This record gives sequence, C-alpha cells and structure tokens, in this order.
Amino acid sequence: MLEDKDRIFQNLYNDFGADLTSAKQRGDWQDTKEICGKGREWIINEIKASELRGRGGAGFPTGLKWSFAPKEVGSRPHYLVINADESEPGTCKDRDILRFEPHKLIEGCLITSYAVNAHKCYIYIRGEYFNEGQKLQTAIDEAYKDGLLGKNSAGTDWELDIYIHYGAGAYICGEETALLESIEGKKGQPRLKPPFPALIGLYGCPTIINNVETISVVPTILRRGGKWFSSLGRPKNTGSKIYCISGNVNNPCNVEEEMGIPLKELIEKHAGGVIGGWDNLKAVIPGGSSMPLLPKETCETIKMDFDACVENKTGLGTAGIVVINKDQDIIKCMARIARFYKHESCGQCTPCREGSGWMWRMLERMAKGEATRDEVDMLLDVTKQIEGHTICAFGEGSSWPVQGLIRNFKDEIIERNKFDPIVKKQKDIPYLVDQHLLEKENA
Amino acid sequence: MAIKKISKVQPEKFEFSKKNKETADSIIKNYPSGKQQSAVMALLYLAQKQNDNWIPLSAMKYIAKYLDMPYIKVYEVATFYSMYNLTPVGKYFFQVCTTTPCMLRGAYNLVDVCKRKISEEENRLSVDGKTSWLEVECLGACVNAPMLQLNEDYYEDLDPTKLEQIIDKISNGEVPQPGSYRGRLSSEPENTRKTLIGNKNA
Repeated sequence: MLEDKDRIFQNLYNDFGADLTSAKQRGDWQDTKEICGKGREWIINEIKASELRGRGGAGFPTGLKWSFAPKEVGSRPHYLVINADESEPGTCKDRDILRFEPHKLIEGCLITSYAVNAHKCYIYIRGEYFNEGQKLQTAIDEAYKDGLLGKNSAGTDWELDIYIHYGAGAYICGEETALLESIEGKKGQPRLKPPFPALIGLYGCPTIINNVETISVVPTILRRGGKWFSSLGRPKNTGSKIYCISGNVNNPCNVEEEMGIPLKELIEKHAGGVIGGWDNLKAVIPGGSSMPLLPKETCETIKMDFDACVENKTGLGTAGIVVINKDQDIIKCMARIARFYKHESCGQCTPCREGSGWMWRMLERMAKGEATRDEVDMLLDVTKQIEGHTICAFGEGSSWPVQGLIRNFKDEIIERNKFDPIVKKQKDIPYLVDQHLLEKENA
Repeated sequence: MAIKKISKVQPEKFEFSKKNKETADSIIKNYPSGKQQSAVMALLYLAQKQNDNWIPLSAMKYIAKYLDMPYIKVYEVATFYSMYNLTPVGKYFFQVCTTTPCMLRGAYNLVDVCKRKISEEENRLSVDGKTSWLEVECLGACVNAPMLQLNEDYYEDLDPTKLEQIIDKISNGEVPQPGSYRGRLSSEPENTRKTLIGNKNA
C-alpha cells in the first residue's frame, strides 16, 4: 500500500481547505521558478523518465505527447487545453481535484505551458460542474493576485493566461477533438485524425490536450523527481492514481493508491467490501462504463494497472470501478449503459448513431426475456460492426461493455431468452422478418 | 442522440440585461480576436439564466447577431448540448442521474418520488408551477450516488425519504442545503478511512 507521505493529493478529502495559503503549506508553488529555470528539455525528459501515462482513459505517455509540440513557435501560437469534461459513468476524480486541489492543477498548467511554449490555457469543464468551476475560478483569481499567473507568472518570466470554458452536457466533448470543436463554438463532433491536435488543434494551432489528473501530478513529479514516481507501481505502469469505487460497496469512495494495487484490496480495504460479502460479487466494471466488465473469478486476482487490465481483456480507462453484486440484474445494468451511449452519441458516424440504439433496444428486450436465442449472436455482430468503424473511440466505448457482457454472461442471457425463432421449426419459411406477413391472409 | 423539442410559445423579443451584456463582453475577450464564436456556449447559458431557465428562439437570433455568426450555427449548438432547455422548465429543476452507478444504488426510487411528488411525466411542471424534473445521464458524482442536480447544486447520498423532504422544503419556499445527505463533505469513505489519517485531525 502507498504510504501517506507518497500521496500526491494530500487534500483529496478537503481536510485543509483549497485556498492558496493552505495549498502553499502543502508545498504547491514552492519552487516553480527553479523548476522552469531548468528548461523545457529537462521538464519533458523528467516526465518521460517518470513514465507518466495520461489519466484520462487512453493512457498515452505524457512526455511523448508533449514532445510532439513544435519546438519553436512559428506563425501560429501554441495552446494548452485541459480536459475536465469528466462524464464517464463511474468516474468522479477530476471533480475532487477541481474543488479541493485547484492549485495543483494551476501550477501544473503553468509548468506544462512553459514546456510546450503555450501562452494561453483553456480549461474545459463540463457544464454540470458549475460550482467546481467557480471554485477553480476563485483559485485562478487568487493566483493572478499573487503574481503566480499573468505577465511574469511566479517569477518565471513566462506569460500565461488561464481561461475556463464551460461545456453544456455532452459526453462526447471529452474526446479531445470534439472538445476543441466545442471550444471553437461548434457542435461537439470529433474531427478526423490525422492531423493530430499537437500540430493542428485549437483554431488550427498546435495544441496539447491533457486530463486534469495528469497535469495536477506534474509539479509533484518534477519536485520529487521522475525516478521517485517511476519507483511506484511497475515499469510502464508507474506512479499513483485516484481510484473511484462506486456501486454496490459498503463505503463508496475516491482513494489515491499505487498503480497495480489488487482490485480485491481496493474493494475490501478501502470501500468496506461488497454489500452482502465478497461471495455476493457478480461483476466489476474496472475503468468507467466503456470498459468490458470482469467476472468474479478475475476480480480475485487482477491488479489495477493499464497492462494488467489489457491482459484480462479490459482496460484501466479512468479507473472508475463500478461494483455490481448478485442482487442486481446484470443484463439490465448493461442495458442502462447502452442507453447512456445511445443518448450521448454525437450522430456523426452512422454505425455509432444507429448501432448504439440497436444495442440498447436489443438489451432491453433481453433483460425482459423477450429476445430470441439467435439474437445474442446478432447483438455481438452488431457490436463488431460499430467497433473500428467510427471517427472517434466512442464506437469502441459503446460496444466493448456489450461485448464484455456477452463474453462473460452469455449463458445467463440465453437462459432468460430461450425462445427459439420459428424459422427453425418450419424450414420452408424463407425469412423470419416476413413471418408476420405470412400469418395474414391476404399478404 | 437526444430529441430536443422547441417550445411552441415563443416570446417576441430578447435582449441581454445591462449586467449580462458586460459579462458577455468580458467572456468574448477570453478568446482571440475574430474567434468570438467560441463564446456562443457561454452566451447561451447567460440567456438561459436570464430567461427563467430556458432559451427562446429570439435569444438565439440575438446571440447570432451579437457574435456576428449565422443563426443556424447558434441553433445547432443550442440543440446539440443537453443542458440548454428549449422549453420552459420549473424554477426548481430537478435532474435525477439514473446511469448505472446511480441505478445500482437506487436512483429509480428517486425517480418514483419525483413522479409522485412533482409530476407524472418528465419535463412537465408540477401543480404549483414551480418545479419540474428530468432523468439525465451521468452527472459525475458516482461515489456519492444516488444523487441529483437541483438547478446548479448537487444533492448527494440521497434516499427516497430525504428527497421527499427536499421537495417539501421547496414547496414551502425554503432552499434546502446542497451536498451530501449522509453528512460527508467529500468523497471519503464514510466510516473506514484508511488513508491520509494524519490529515484528518489537522
């Protein structure tokens, strides 16, 4: 288990208050000037050495991402954009950073902006987090007043302005290019990649986009050294991470833990165990709703980091752990997730727009036991038609949970939907879809 | 995709109040010159606040002129994002999260309370005309489930009885305290905190 002194977010539970004075007491803004004084190369190399991977879901190496920004500023200015559009069901870590540790984020913004040559930083906060945004704005105002932002930010001779941009309730704006479209004042529909935002992003200028948690850990890494960060966890999956444990547990909570902590330890120790005991566990969604669920057997042993999750055919995602116990109807839970994706599809690509509705309707019928046995395979086929056929990763995000359900609980679905299609009994009837016509006299 | 209905009854004219004009102008300054279209979301939000929590078509036309952009672009944005109400909603607007993490902890019991105490159907005003409710997707407070959003505030760790009390308070003209209804101030585990214990008594 991670020791308390190694936890980056000391104020995760708001024991101290989020204001600048108490943030400084916790060590924020301590030697920002010296850190920036060591130069861009040093910052990027240190982050590379720490092996920090993006905390927003995809797990892309942060140092590598920064190094994609052009080294010299050409005719177009550079931008830094922070993704605080946290909407993945099961995830609520960024909310706590915004309201309790805003100065970690702001300091991270300054260092990152310096490293990628950006003078302007936009923080995109989901519209529902209005109060959290206000708290962040208060912190930004404090920082301006104290000379930590503005013309000569924190004595670094670097000019930085931070602006908050509120979203308005669209999950898809968490996708980086949709987020840029949204800041530009358009519908949040993802762009085709390439070109990648690091070269052509916001207003057509080079843009680096990072998650709130990723940026918030940067100052601490640079202060304590990339080596310290990479000593936690295991290679390629280093550092600590905020896990959100929700669903059927006794004490749902957010907790910062070392990467690679066993899932069972997280649930039993920090979240007070599954309601009804460990044996009452049915399944766990390990990384926010878009990751395939894990059956109980895997939950016994799995370690929570990027690569271990991939080995178990799922993903760490945002580390939003949703625990489902045996009192729940697993098909209904997944049907509700499918409804979420149906609601949130931006409507740009046909496979996703239409397919998400198909998956939802089929799962609803399966939950009621109204589907036919063959439809289980048909549903799997639908998910395969969506996956990989869309502009952004929403297609994967919406089809993976359904695939996970079929992979692990196919027997249960078939048990409930035993009904065999009539076409098998009367083989001379060519198509099932025309059955209702044949039953009519004059058809 | 969500279907958005436009209200049939529309006011003729819309104009920002003096204070909102100042706010709007300062928001536009946040973006590079010539990129004032970026402010459209914030301006729609201002209009919604000024106009009793919903956006009429005249406000979209006004904003289009204000930002020097085509009306259809504003219309597109207003219909795309789910937080813009294009029909009148209650002065007290309950948005109950029912996505899986909340559903697992009984969000649909809250929906039942809303159906009983506010109105049978979503988006319909209550008898006293002050409140309405809506089922929404994940609000990002899964650890404090089940929860709902009332105007701008989150009400967390609810159960049906507590929600009934909240609704009763509102119909009596009081504003209930936002936050957790099981007494926690953050997303810490309730009784068995194992981390950052030294900070607890700081």
